[in-house]
Amino acid sequence: MSEDLVATHVLEFPGGYTRTTGPVIGRFLTELRDRRLVGVRTAGGRVLVPPLEYDPDTGEPVTEEYVEVGPAGTVQAWAWVGSPRPGHPLDRPFAWAMIKLDGADTALVHAVDAGSPKALRPGLRVRPRWRAATAGHITDIECFLPEVASLVAPVRAEYRVTPGRALTRFLEGVRDGRFVGARCAECAAVYVPYRESCPACGSVVEEEVEVADTGTVTTFAINNLPDPRAPEVPFVSAYVLLDGADTPMIALIGGVPAHEVRQGMRVRAVWVPPEERTLSMTNVKWFEPTGEPDADLDESSGGGA
Amino acid sequence: MREVAVVAFAQTVHTGHDTGLAEPELLLPVIDEVKRATGLKRFGFTCSGSCDYLAGAPFSFVSALDAVGAWPPISESHVEMDGAFALYEAWVRLQHGDIDTALVYGFGKSSMSDIREIMTLQLDPYYLAPLGLDQVSYAALQASAVNADRAALDEIVRRSRADGRANPYALDLPDPAGDEFEVEPLRPYDVAPVTDGAAAVVLAAGDRARELAGRPAWITGIAHRAEPHYLGMRDLSRSVSTAEAGRAAGVGKGPVDVAELHTQFSHEEPILREALGLSGDVVVNPSGGPLAANPVMATGLIRIGEAARRILDAAADRTVAHATSGPCLQQNLVAVLETSA
Repeated sequence: MSEDLVATHVLEFPGGYTRTTGPVIGRFLTELRDRRLVGVRTAGGRVLVPPLEYDPDTGEPVTEEYVEVGPAGTVQAWAWVGSPRPGHPLDRPFAWAMIKLDGADTALVHAVDAGSPKALRPGLRVRPRWRAATAGHITDIECFLPEVASLVAPVRAEYRVTPGRALTRFLEGVRDGRFVGARCAECAAVYVPYRESCPACGSVVEEEVEVADTGTVTTFAINNLPDPRAPEVPFVSAYVLLDGADTPMIALIGGVPAHEVRQGMRVRAVWVPPEERTLSMTNVKWFEPTGEPDADLDESSGGGA
Repeated sequence: MREVAVVAFAQTVHTGHDTGLAEPELLLPVIDEVKRATGLKRFGFTCSGSCDYLAGAPFSFVSALDAVGAWPPISESHVEMDGAFALYEAWVRLQHGDIDTALVYGFGKSSMSDIREIMTLQLDPYYLAPLGLDQVSYAALQASAVNADRAALDEIVRRSRADGRANPYALDLPDPAGDEFEVEPLRPYDVAPVTDGAAAVVLAAGDRARELAGRPAWITGIAHRAEPHYLGMRDLSRSVSTAEAGRAAGVGKGPVDVAELHTQFSHEEPILREALGLSGDVVVNPSGGPLAANPVMATGLIRIGEAARRILDAAADRTVAHATSGPCLQQNLVAVLETSA
């Protein structure tokens, strides 16, 4: 076929094609212009929405009884349009739906502006969004919207927090490049970070001890979501049981690919230079492998006091 | 009822693009083929099915008569529907008893326009067409209502396309792939392909049929039924009109070797199987069906032609053909074809 012999041909009724509605459809469209939805009752008692002149089941003319229905309705079936076409009622993704309006016995076909296909399900309750200016046209309803079933409540409050005496003592140690723990005289357990009472027996802690900045990974998690406190993604957060401590401390693991981190891995704290240190855990950049053979976790004192 | 049979069937090698042939040029070879197959040059009645909106020109079907030859004047009619419904009119005309042969044809070039939006023009102008409801969108509503199993639909498309590749008249389409949606829940491959093509069938009555074909495909039952047009007035998960037409045509009165169904979307196959009472072991659309070639306005006639061809070729003894029109299987025609009248 010669490309030169292809032409565009348009079939169009300039200004549109005028159609009379008849009394039944005309009534529906007139009510629609007034932002009301009506159905028509059949001789058998069913309410047809949108109204037809004849009962589709029997072929009998419908009665002259009009029944206000909706405006809310229930979605029976839906189809999701991911890429709207120029002729579609909405220019963003939407659903076509069969909507059974409250009080109707048949379903109305229309669009539902649901945002996402995940918002749709059979039984979804919807209501019409009316066009600002109505004209007696099926598109006087711009679309249907899901009924309000949830809302987003913003929550934000500001606080002024202090670490308390025990944590302050621990952070003072961290500022000086040391991990300070607390030994319970009753239980003989060493808690890190430092604390003023033993959570096991309730005794007042009398003895402060310094533990090593080396330890063993007891358990860990690989995080794939960015976190402002972590240097990269993915990052590993782990429980590290410091040598000399009986309780593990949560810490970042770095300097090693995430998939190589394992339980029993021996690690050492990487401190920021002394001149950069503050009263903060950011003094420890992370823990990195020492290269020693893995520790046997069953022989250590374990993950708890 | 007068005994009427399909005695000849021809179709074009369908294409997924415009080959540059005008409709009469597309039609001429298939008319010629059935004339040669039967030796007939004139027919008692001629009836065609086509849609002016496909060409965008009023009375476009009239020019197609150039492929038939209408002088001296012939007895002729046309339906603005698939050629299968023209065949029904020809079958009724043959029941009058005064003529013995009829030529039926259907043709369409859906490559010329956007068929999804052309099909919007068939919708009621008050409630549906103003919404811009396109063909794939309303089909997707039916697919949603029937809630068909995705793996079953994929298998229907895979089987149809594989059968189509083995059919010299159908398109060469690859196995279905991809997980994007056209209109959810339909994927692009659930939709019959854009196709240009034509088909022709010759019907003959009684002894005339026995003269014209060795094994005429006797139409032992044919019926069509319609449902309400508006989608919300129907249970879209079922096809009541197909079931009624199937009962009227006598589908269940004997075993079915092959069924050719007018499935323009994959989810229509389970709906139609259920409506016609076809068990899982009935072979459906061994030609590939509309999912492998969908020359709109000839597709339904091709179903009858394919079902008849299996009898004419002695490949089957009892076959069923189905054709549809309107949105979401609104109108359905069912024919039963058998080796004996």
